[in-house]
Amino acid sequence: MAKTLFQKVWEAHTVRQLPNGQTQLFIGTHLIHEVTSPQAFGMLRDLGLKVKYPQRTFATVDHIVPTNELKEPYSDPIAQEMIEALRKNTKDFGIRFFDTNTGTQGIVHMVGPEQGITQPGTTIACGDSHTATHGAFGAIAFGIGTTQVRDVLATQTLALSPLKVRRIEVNGQLAPGVYAKDVILHIIRVLGVNGGIGYAYEYAGSTFDNFSLEERMTVCNMSIEGGARCGYVNPDQKTFDYIKGKPYAPKAADWDAAVARWKSFASDPGCAYDDVVKFDAAAIRPTVTWGITPGQAVFIDEKMPALETLNAADRATAEDAYKHMKLSPDTAIKGTKVDVCFLGSCTNGRISDLREAAKYLKGRKVSPTVKAIVVPGSQLTAIQAVHEGLDKVFTEAGFEWRGAGCSMCLAMNPDKLVGDQLCASSSNRNFKGRQGSQTGRTVLMSPIMVIAAAITGQVADAREVFKV
Amino acid sequence: MSLAKVTQVKGLALAVPGDDIDTDRIIPARFLRCVTFDDLGQHAFRDERTGPDGKESNHPMNSPQAARIAAAKKGVMVVGFNFGCGSSREHAPQSIWRFGFTALVGGSFAEIFFGNSTTLGVPCVTLSKDDLAECDAFVRAHPDVEVTVDVEKLVVTAGAKSWKASIAASARDGLINGKWDPIADLLDGAAAVDRTAGSLAYVAGK
Ligand code: SF4
Repeated sequence: MAKTLFQKVWEAHTVRQLPNGQTQLFIGTHLIHEVTSPQAFGMLRDLGLKVKYPQRTFATVDHIVPTNELKEPYSDPIAQEMIEALRKNTKDFGIRFFDTNTGTQGIVHMVGPEQGITQPGTTIACGDSHTATHGAFGAIAFGIGTTQVRDVLATQTLALSPLKVRRIEVNGQLAPGVYAKDVILHIIRVLGVNGGIGYAYEYAGSTFDNFSLEERMTVCNMSIEGGARCGYVNPDQKTFDYIKGKPYAPKAADWDAAVARWKSFASDPGCAYDDVVKFDAAAIRPTVTWGITPGQAVFIDEKMPALETLNAADRATAEDAYKHMKLSPDTAIKGTKVDVCFLGSCTNGRISDLREAAKYLKGRKVSPTVKAIVVPGSQLTAIQAVHEGLDKVFTEAGFEWRGAGCSMCLAMNPDKLVGDQLCASSSNRNFKGRQGSQTGRTVLMSPIMVIAAAITGQVADAREVFKV
Repeated sequence: MSLAKVTQVKGLALAVPGDDIDTDRIIPARFLRCVTFDDLGQHAFRDERTGPDGKESNHPMNSPQAARIAAAKKGVMVVGFNFGCGSSREHAPQSIWRFGFTALVGGSFAEIFFGNSTTLGVPCVTLSKDDLAECDAFVRAHPDVEVTVDVEKLVVTAGAKSWKASIAASARDGLINGKWDPIADLLDGAAAVDRTAGSLAYVAGK
């Protein structure tokens, strides 16, 4: 019988059926970071349990790391305490830790792919909702809570129920100035922020075939913003090429066998899906959010919705959003003044994002009214960027060049909005208060749109600013 | 590990309206700067409850009703659709539970939030859209009437009113049988886990 990748991976990792009807699912790869793991280690100690397969858990620090201090001890004692706790926990239990002084630390969803830990046909869990990012490699990857982190540490398994699979096909060529970020913002806008509840999203079609792995990661990353716990792209030659030679990639004689195995996990032609949705790539334009959920988005050259055009439930959220964002219905968002620009995060903090942004920024200056920061998602990305001289392009233009971490994506470190500042952000969440100020405002967009905003000091159409 | 059977949760109710209430709103990221969950109860919905000027807002969590629930350490929160969307932070249900809520009734719940709540023994049941509107209106009009969430019979009752409730079968099973924390069952499968591990080339190191 023809099967989807989801079904094949699920079956290969099924340990048994639990008394309550759920599946005991084997988690081949477990990623942890400092925010959602300390309580799990605490529970493990309270219960007197050990880590069952320490070699299948990998750790790094990302959320709380200050990105403007390179030396420890950090001036924030809580950051220091949380990092020390992870150091101790990984040491006590024999877990590999990509620590701050190794040149390999970074956002957990960047470290996995960079190290070749993220592989097709595997199950990946992490106490972080953007774990879906790893689905770009054809893995079933999803976020879990802290008690579940304990479950994986203690048993290498989780109690789960299978998901339905929705195939999201995007076909055709994106217009100049339109990026993977616009694709996923558009998908969420159309299917809704809760449209994916109960589903895994399988992204397919010629647009995805042509995407690099980094672009696929940008899309899979935001699956959770559409309510889907995981999203994936079937593995292909590009996937294998990306993994080849990475530290944890299969070596020598094992490589061919691994590739053959990985290929076998791809969805079979003619397999049945619970739902299929199609999009035309050519119809997608640069997209920005105007509200407080990632689904509240418009094309940059559109007006924000008039309240009358929304149904009753959406209208209540929209009214709240307009009030918070200090924006008016039925007007253009283009031209709205921007105070802060943030380029980074596990959505758009990769080397290809920095390269594309630098290409347009080169020789230009950040508006004097804007504070702009660029935060490479990982130390490896930062090193590569410096090697290519990208850091200079950013600093010469007036951006602050930072160390690796989550930074202003969620503002657990000192990078925060102040008051009702409006931030043009390449991250994934525009929730109220997300960027560290209760009244702060976030407009999500692609990296090149962030650069356009930085230069002009307003929400701008990058296609016009850069004449692309 | 023996756990309480969660067949029925009874307590005063508080309506916290709105759809797509995300986990950043339930517990802002600055309260994730901790290595235990112990102090989270007091910070549930912090930025909704306290304005930028430091003044208390008229958010329902600031109401005398919320204080009664906090004192009783039991109560039912009535919410909207897609409640708990966003981050996987277990800090969100932990803060609601530690504040004093022992069950949630809503239109729909984000999956990770739902799972995290179930593992705490906190049922999240759903009502149809119309029933939820009626339930919401009822609890606002009758703050002194206790609401019962019957996980076994799948019904929410308040005074003479009752509404048909739903919850994932596996969650219901775990709650009513005192097995809402799956760790014991998962540990039981250790031998089978090793067999699966051995069959996976990337785990077995092949
Ligand atoms: S960059 Fe943002 S979304 Fe990604 S892991 Fe860090 S905090 Fe989460």
